[in-house]
This record gives sequence, C-alpha cells and structure tokens, in this order.
Amino acid sequence: MEIVIALAVGVMFGSGIWLILRPRTFQLITGLLLMSYAVNIFIFAMGRLSVDRPPITLSPAIDPAQFADPLPQGLVLTAIVIGFATTALYLVIMIGARGLTGSDHVDGKEPRE
Amino acid sequence: MNDLPFLQHFIVLPVLLPLLAGALLIPVKQSRYSLKFACSVTSTILLWVLAAVLLAMADGGYWPDGIGVYLASNWAAPFGIALLVDRLTALMLLLTATIALAVLVFSARRWDRVGIQFHTLFQFLLMGLNGAFLTNDLFNLFVFFEVMLAASYGLVLHGYNLHRIRAGMQYIAINLVASFMFLIGVALIYAASGTLNLTDLGARVALLGNEDTWLLSIGVCVLGLAFLTKGAMWPLGFWLPGTYASASAPVAAMLVLMTKVGVYAVLRVWLAVFGNDAGALAGFGFTALTIGGMATLFFGAIGMLASQDGGRMAGYGAIISSGTLLAVIGQAGGPVLASGLYYLLGSTLAMAAFMLLVELTERIRPPGAALIAITMEAFAIEDKPEDPVGQGIPGTLAFLGLSFAACALVISGMPPLSGFVAKFSLFHALLEVSPTEGKVPGLTWGFIALVIVGGLAAIIALMRLGVRIFWASGDIAPPRLQFSEAAPVTALVALCVMLTLQAGTVFDYLDRTVAGLAQVTTYSERVLGEPPVMRSPQRGLER
Repeated sequence: MEIVIALAVGVMFGSGIWLILRPRTFQLITGLLLMSYAVNIFIFAMGRLSVDRPPITLSPAIDPAQFADPLPQGLVLTAIVIGFATTALYLVIMIGARGLTGSDHVDGKEPRE
Repeated sequence: MNDLPFLQHFIVLPVLLPLLAGALLIPVKQSRYSLKFACSVTSTILLWVLAAVLLAMADGGYWPDGIGVYLASNWAAPFGIALLVDRLTALMLLLTATIALAVLVFSARRWDRVGIQFHTLFQFLLMGLNGAFLTNDLFNLFVFFEVMLAASYGLVLHGYNLHRIRAGMQYIAINLVASFMFLIGVALIYAASGTLNLTDLGARVALLGNEDTWLLSIGVCVLGLAFLTKGAMWPLGFWLPGTYASASAPVAAMLVLMTKVGVYAVLRVWLAVFGNDAGALAGFGFTALTIGGMATLFFGAIGMLASQDGGRMAGYGAIISSGTLLAVIGQAGGPVLASGLYYLLGSTLAMAAFMLLVELTERIRPPGAALIAITMEAFAIEDKPEDPVGQGIPGTLAFLGLSFAACALVISGMPPLSGFVAKFSLFHALLEVSPTEGKVPGLTWGFIALVIVGGLAAIIALMRLGVRIFWASGDIAPPRLQFSEAAPVTALVALCVMLTLQAGTVFDYLDRTVAGLAQVTTYSERVLGEPPVMRSPQRGLER
C-alpha cells in the first residue's frame, strides 16, 4: 500500500509541476489541481497508513494503537476546502483574463513567432 | 474565579473585529461610500487601540514574562489552537494597524470607489494579517495565510485593468504553489514530531530520534520555502516587483506589510524550533538564511538601479528590506535582532509612505483617466467617482518633494532619519557580536558591504527618479491633492521622524523583546501551562 500511495503522490505532483510550467492557463490550472490532490493525499498519509482503524471512538477506554490518527484527517478536510476555494477564485480570474486580453497565455499575450 | 478575565479576550479581538466589520460591510450598497468608509475606519481605529492596549499589557507586566496566551475554544495548549501575544506580536499588530489606518484614509477619496467591495476585502486582509501574527499553531497559521492571501488576490485586482490582471494571475499562481509547499511542510512536521503547536514543537525537537530529526528538518525547509516566497527571498521573489508596480497605490502599501509577514513567520519558526535548546538541530539553517538574505539584497540593489518607474523601484526597495531582515535573522544574535526589528519598523513605514507618494507624484503627469474607465464598464458602476482634483492643498509640490526626500533618506539609510540609525546600530551589533578572537567572520563583512551597496544603489535610483519627477519634467503644473491624501503620507513620514527622535525608547523596548524571544523554555511553560477555564457545574442540572 505504501508503494502505491507514494507512486500516486509522486506521479501526480510530478505531472502537476510539468503542467504549471506550461504556457497556457488551462494547463496551469490542471497542474494546480493535480498538485493539490497530491498534497491532500500526502497529508492524509502523514497520519500513517492503516486499514480498518476508526479515527474516533465513543468508548472511554482507549488503546491508541487501535485507532487512526484523526488530526491529519481534520487537516486534509480544511486543506481541501481552502484549496477548492482558491482554485475557484483562480478560475474566475482566468476567465477574466481571457476576456480582457483575448488570449489564454499566462502572460496575457501571444508569444511572438 | 473560574471566569476568564475580561482583558484576556483582547487577544482574540484583533481577529474577530475585522472579520465582523468586513462581513457587515458586504450587504451595504456599493454606492454608499461614506457609510462603508465610516465602518471600515472605525474598525481600524479600534484595532489600533487594541494593538496599543495589547502592547501596553505585554510590556507592562500584566502577564508573567510578558507572554499572553489565549486558548481558542478553551482547549488546552498542544491539542487546541493557542493564540499568543508577546512584545513582538504586539509590535507587529501596532505596525499593521498604523499602516492600515493611513492607507484607509488615503483611499477614502478615490481608490475605494474604483472597484467593488474594497473595504470588505481590506478588513479581511487585516484579519488574516493579525491572525498570522497572533497564532501559535502551524496549521492555523496556514489558514490565516490563506485568508490574507485570498483578500490580497481581490485587492491586487482592485481597479481591474489589463496590467493588474496579468500581474494578478502570476501572483496568484505563485502563491497557490507556495501554499502547497506550506501544507507539505506542515504535514512533514506533524509526521516527525506529532505536534503542530509551535512552542510544543520547540520543546520536543531535542527529544526526537535520529530519523524524525531528519524528517523534521526536511519539513521545516519545505515550510521555509513557503514563507520565503512570501518574503521574496532570491530566487523566490521574482513575482514581487511586477505585482507591486501594477497594484493600486493603497494595495501596494499593504503588500509591503505582507512581505514582512513572511519574514516574521521565518523568525518565529526558526527561533522557536532551532534555538539553542534544539539539541542536534540547534542553529540549523541560519547560515543559509544569511546567504539567501545577502543574495536577495544584491538582487534588490541591481533591480532598483535598473528600474525606471516608481512602483517598480519601490518593489525592489521592499526586496532589499526583506533581504536585510533575512540576513539579520540568520545572525541569530540578540542585539543584531533588535537593530533588525528597528530597521523593519522604519523601512516598512517609509516604504508604505513611498508607495502612496508614487501615486501622488504620477499625477504631475496627466492622470490616467483610461484606467478608471475600464473598471466602470466592467462592474457597471453607475456613480462616477469624484475626480481626484477637488479642493487642493497649497504648496503641493513642496509637500511632495519634502516627503519624497524623507522617504528616500529612510529607505537608503542616510542620516538623519531612522534608516541611518537602524543601519548604524546594525553594523555596531554585527561587529560586536564576535569579539572573542577580535575577528569578525568574512560573511559578516560581506553582509555589511552589501548593506552599504544596497543603500548606495537606493540613493542613486531614488535621486534619479526624484530629479526626473520634480526637476526634469519641464513646465509642470502642481497637482491638486486632497487633504485626506496628503495627511496619511505626512503621518507616516512623521512617524519615521518620531522613530528617530525616540530611538532610545524604541530600542529599550526592542531589547526587551529580543531578550524575551530568546527564552524558549519560558514560552513552553507559559503556553503549555495555560489552564483552560474550569466550568462550575450548574445548579439546575444537579437535581
């Protein structure tokens, strides 16, 4: 499982980096999205990977070894929400830029041939 | 006895107040400028008073060791989020409120009308800034950074035109990537140490095993990348001059403050985590900060010489100031840090005044009417803003020239203003820090030389700009300024002068600040020892 998660995070982040270095805004936003997925999974994995362990309990007697760490799960929820909001904001600006400049290049103008 | 004393709630108010004010302003109609402005300015004045009270409380012995702790939602420290006020925090809050007030008054006659929801975004920006200064929790710091950045995205685009949208796109993309870095760093730190509370982290760092130490140092480095992108260290700061030059004047003045947040976060994390008690990691990364700061200084100096217009020049000035501060943090010593903080105060005030001034001097040339027209169309705002020409104040050119000269003196560090005092005391502290063998390391000499070169570059560039604006523009008509535009600039410049006159008092305060910051164990005692409020059982439930 560790190998699969590590590969998934690595491939997504790597593709994200390649995409944000591309000149078109669509590629940029796709890259940012991929990177945000990779980061979210990464945060989740930082609570250590485990199967079949609940993060919360109602019983007062607690053996911590039997439970997943709830904190990274809380963090990743917050990170998803914030990432979602900022990405939506960026989309709006992208559309604004496309309308104002008439180009989807990140510099706001087509490169000279 | 179990109730929290009333004054203790003051710690959380600098976050709550702008949040409420900003939220209240959203439904107010866009055309009711004066009402919006009145709400916004009231909130900012209250913030200033709060900051002053907190400063008096932190310095006046209200709390033991000058450290006030507020447990959000009454959760004990390492588990819940703790807000922390010490002398440094209080000082930064006061600086923020001062500049915010000046900027707000400046924008009253014109800038808050060229787009929508200026005051709401401004209040949210203040909330993010104050929160970032106050919080003692790394993930909470991330949240406040995002609040601050989201507001700044809106503000950078305020008065929507082609330049702003181009610069804004790049600014936002860079900051989104930096936020990912922030998250990765926080996650790694949590994985290594099992805590996100900064003070708790500082207490645990010496106890970590070999593997976790390794993981922690990687985590902090990645986190540092995020901070340094905000603080514009070379080579992470290429976004800055373009953004500053294209943002509207009041926003640019607030952006100056935002680079200081990056520097502040670096200072906090490094002093808390890699102080003298950090075991194997003590002193980690300080040299890298010094070298990075010096590279930034050099880059800023070259950029300043190369830039033609005022906004861009001010951007490079902010880079120079960031670089100096980072290099000072890298020195990690008491008196050096005190001079660095003094430099921070003076340069931030002067830089903010300069940003506002640049916009005023540009009116000597015919005003950019085209710029406003685009906004009007884009947002279909019916009422046209009043033209900036209205009741002028007399002697505008003399006023502009004098303010310009004062700002230039502070930014370049020439006598007699506070920039000179800052640099002089900085050199003094740098040369005194290593007296043991009577030898000052080469790196320190390099730093001193670079600071001098940076000052020289700044004075050459600013002089050239001044000559071009005031003397070489031929037959210039004095622009007409509003009183509300001239007053904030005057106030900021006057504060720089005050800072020079009261240098002794300020340095005493800063010495106490730095001495307090060095006591890492006191911080953990105060933060982790802060008891949550016990609730007494209510009588009705007892039966």
